Formats: sequence, structure tokens, C-alpha cells
Amino acid sequence: MATAQNKPVVGQNIQQGFIYLPLIAGWLVPGAGHFLLRKWGRGALLSASIIGMFVLGLAMKGKIYTGAQDILDMLGMVGDLGNGLLFVASRILGLGADHVQVTVGDYGTKFIVVSGLLNVMAAVDAHNLRTGRKPL
Amino acid sequence: MGISHFSAVLLFALFASVVFGITQRETARRMIRYGVYCFTLFVGSAIVLSWVMFLIAR
Repeated sequence: MATAQNKPVVGQNIQQGFIYLPLIAGWLVPGAGHFLLRKWGRGALLSASIIGMFVLGLAMKGKIYTGAQDILDMLGMVGDLGNGLLFVASRILGLGADHVQVTVGDYGTKFIVVSGLLNVMAAVDAHNLRTGRKPL
Repeated sequence: MGISHFSAVLLFALFASVVFGITQRETARRMIRYGVYCFTLFVGSAIVLSWVMFLIAR
């Protein structure tokens, strides 16, 4: 007989392990948080969208923020940091323009910043799936 | 990379709508509906605002 104690709670996630792993993995590698939760389709779509946006931003000669001289630079830097390892790799490899020199480069800069913000949204979604706040 | 402004809008809207749809809704059907809704709003608002700016500039 099901009692209040042994009845499963709706939306409760029974997975064990470090609860913040999907959040951190999702931030470092786009889509990895969903892959860890075996959400292959969603993870692949998120990964393709975020990486595609980042690569297009670089291809448009977008700027990668390397420091914060004013408040707008600081906000851009925060957005870029959302890309996780993509940001680190682009800094190490010297990708991205130092200064925006063409009109499309301004769009590219925005593509890179927004891909970082979308990646944060995806990582938080993976965390919500892991904690049971959002049903699997 | 040579890309028109409108192509950039379409790509931006596509990628953002995919992420919005997946993260903001729970079932696959509702994700698709919300993604299409966001894509339409992104592209539609870009076209409307472009015409508004064009008419203001005349």
C-alpha cells in the first residue's frame, strides 16, 4: 500500500551524484548538461545552435572581449564568459577581432555575446532538469 | 564573411528560437510551438522596425 512516505513525488529526480554537474558541464561545453541527463536530442540542438552562433560570430570578425574598460565592455565580457570553454579556446588561439573594423563585425560581436547568454540559459535548464524543478 | 543584414537576422532568430523553445517549455510539442512563435516575433519585429526606420528617415 502506498503511503505518504513511499509514494514518489511528482517531478522528483531520483538521480544520484553531484547535483551541480549538469550546470557546470553545460556551461563549459554547450549541450553537455543535457547529454549527461541523456537528453540527446535537446542537447544536440542546443549544442548546434550555441556553437553555430559562436562560430558565425567569429566568422563575421566579431570581437572577443578581453578586458573591461567601461560598463558596456563589462557586460560584453560577462556575455562572452557564458560560452565557457569556447571563450577560453578562442582566447588561447587568438580568434576574434581586437577591434570591429567592418559593419558585419558588430553583428558578429553580438552573436558571440548572445551565444554565451543562451549557453547560460541552457545550463540552467539542465540544472532544473537535474533537480526536478522541470520534469525530465 | 559576406552576409547580408537580413540573413544575419534570420540566423540569429533561428538559433535563439531553438534555445528559447527547448529551455522555456516542457513538452516537445510545446517547445516547437514556442520556438516557431519566437522565430516569427524576431523576424516580424525586425521587418516592422526596419520599415519604421525607413519611413522616419525619409
